[in-house]
Amino acid sequence: MVPLDWYIMLSAVMFTIGLAGFIARRNIIIMLICIELMLNAVNLSLIAFSHYLQDLKGQILVFFTISVAAAEAAIGLAILVAVFRNKAMVDADKLTEMKG
Amino acid sequence: MDKYILIPLLPLIGFFINIWFGRFFQAKCHWIPILAVFGSFVISVITFTEVVQGKIINYDVYSWVVSGNFKVSVGFLIDQLTAVMLIVVTTVSLLVHIYSVGYMHGDPGYYRFFAYLNLFTFSMLMLVTGNNLLQLYFGWEAVGLCSYFLIGYWYQKQSAADAGKKAFIVNRFGDFGFGLGVFMVFIYLGTLHYTDIFANLHTLQGQTINVLGYEIGLVTLIALLLFCGAIGKSAQLPLHVWLADAMEGPTPVSALIHAATMVTAGVFLVARFNPLFSMSETAMIVVALTGAITSLMAATIALVQNDIKRIIAYSTVSQLGYMFLACGVGAYGAGIFHLYTHAFFKALLFLGAGSVMHAMAGQLDIQKMGGLRKYMPITFFTFLIASFSIAGIPGLAGFFSKDEILWLAYNGGTVGKIVWVIGTIVAGLTAFYSFRVIFLTFFGKFRGTHEEEHHLHESPPSMTVPLLILAVGAVAAGWVGIPPVLGGGNWIGHFLEPVLGHPHVHGTHAEEWMVMGISVAMGIGGIFVAAVLYLWAPGLPLFFGRAFKSAYTVLWNKYYFDELYDYTIVRPTKWFARRILVGVTDAKIIEGIVNGVPKLIGEFGERLRKLQTGVLQHYEIGMALGVFVIASLVFIFAK
Repeated sequence: MVPLDWYIMLSAVMFTIGLAGFIARRNIIIMLICIELMLNAVNLSLIAFSHYLQDLKGQILVFFTISVAAAEAAIGLAILVAVFRNKAMVDADKLTEMKG
Repeated sequence: MDKYILIPLLPLIGFFINIWFGRFFQAKCHWIPILAVFGSFVISVITFTEVVQGKIINYDVYSWVVSGNFKVSVGFLIDQLTAVMLIVVTTVSLLVHIYSVGYMHGDPGYYRFFAYLNLFTFSMLMLVTGNNLLQLYFGWEAVGLCSYFLIGYWYQKQSAADAGKKAFIVNRFGDFGFGLGVFMVFIYLGTLHYTDIFANLHTLQGQTINVLGYEIGLVTLIALLLFCGAIGKSAQLPLHVWLADAMEGPTPVSALIHAATMVTAGVFLVARFNPLFSMSETAMIVVALTGAITSLMAATIALVQNDIKRIIAYSTVSQLGYMFLACGVGAYGAGIFHLYTHAFFKALLFLGAGSVMHAMAGQLDIQKMGGLRKYMPITFFTFLIASFSIAGIPGLAGFFSKDEILWLAYNGGTVGKIVWVIGTIVAGLTAFYSFRVIFLTFFGKFRGTHEEEHHLHESPPSMTVPLLILAVGAVAAGWVGIPPVLGGGNWIGHFLEPVLGHPHVHGTHAEEWMVMGISVAMGIGGIFVAAVLYLWAPGLPLFFGRAFKSAYTVLWNKYYFDELYDYTIVRPTKWFARRILVGVTDAKIIEGIVNGVPKLIGEFGERLRKLQTGVLQHYEIGMALGVFVIASLVFIFAK
């Protein structure tokens, strides 16, 4: 059986990759994928702990996370499509309308 | 409800009808006000006859203020004094209303003018009929307000608007004292109703109060505070400056408010509170001397002025001084008698001056008139009668009242003798300046432009009829007070005696003849001198003006009172207002807060929005760092 440590480490690595990718990349599609990566890293650790502690609450929480992630992805992609239609590009650095 | 309440109520109803609907009646809008005042006049006459038969009306209509032990009602006290005032107010008001139909014809604010006149009449009647001090105070302030409205009636004219403000503000000074007096009466007597006040007056006797380290008799203090109000309203020294400027208002207003009624409210107040004033010798001396000095001062100013209305205005100040002089020597009855005769001849003088102005297209300078006798005989004739009356020519109204005052002053001890001398001199001066106006205006050659001469005409009947009626009053009004030495019964003196008392007279008949003779001689002398200077030797006035240049300049500038007040009160106040109130309180403190708070929030927001870079990575780093910090804290402190 795979020990808990491994799951945690994998989760940490996934999260870090996601965070690094979100910060480093400028393409919004990539950034959205990175967000999904981070969310799934968290899901992974939740399930691992859930199994380890023999408590279903963690898995229930994961369902919520997944549904939130789905909604987020849908809205995020919808915005992205709208932005692309208007600007013909998806570079986060050039989208500065909300700058204070 | 009985008829007495209608006396003030009718003009009030007239006011409301005219102020709301007057504009729809156009040139017919004078009917309702005139009918309203006529109604008041008729009821006043009926009331007067009842009072003559011995009836005293004193009842409360309505509880106005009830708060703890402070109870004031709206009520009416109609005794002999009020009855005389009612006749004066309603008669002059009615005649002025009728006169205004001709005088104000075609004015754009015609209905407004009549509405104000009615409101004024209501206020003045409330003032005189009230049975308590607060109602008097109400009427007092309301007539002041109407005076302000009517002086500034032609508000488009800067000088008229300023004059209205001046009248109102100068009266604030007097009314401040008056207000304090009312408070003092309530604090020490616990009531404001005349009957209760006079019944409890003896409790004040001998009480003193410490004012700024001086022990002052309570009675003296209250009397002087009330007199403060009288000084302001009746334009006595040192608050007389507003009355001459008040001539900016339409002439009927000057006749009604600034000659016959409102300005005499001060005299009425002193007469009404005669039991109080009589208890304090100091107050009496102050009243007598204020009256005498004002009378002399105003008469001397009137000698050299050229504005016909201002001369009459100073004459009014002078005659009001006469009335106070009378009250100050205890001759309240004579003071009210003079008030009553003065109302007729002074209103007549003003309305006559208005008639002259009507013909002269608003010209006021008597140096530019002359010879008007031929063009406006009725005006000339009535003006002449009024001038004879004020000059104290025997047989006319002014003679009897003036003589009564001088005779009682002569009997009034040392102070009385002093004010008698002053009063006699003033009698001469009065005759002189009144006839200076007559000779310059109605005699000689016309000195205006040819165009003006062409325009000269007698006024319409609506103006000349009131003049003629007032002329009858200026002749006959005094016949109710013919002294016993001339074979009369001094009916009005005895009529007023229950309210105002009668001073002790110890002089002989010979002395009375002497007093009378001197004052008549002064009057005729004054007329004679005026005739010499302005009729027979027209070069002489210029010569005298040059010979006594300094005196002439002082008089021409009205003893520099306006300048004095300008430097000592107006300018410091304006400086304070501009530099401190506007410059500091308003600009720095109030605007500082009002503008400062939004500015602060705006600047804070300006800084805060820099956080919103629009770069997603910055937000992400912020979030990551935040998580890191929170996680670190949990690790550190959770152990």
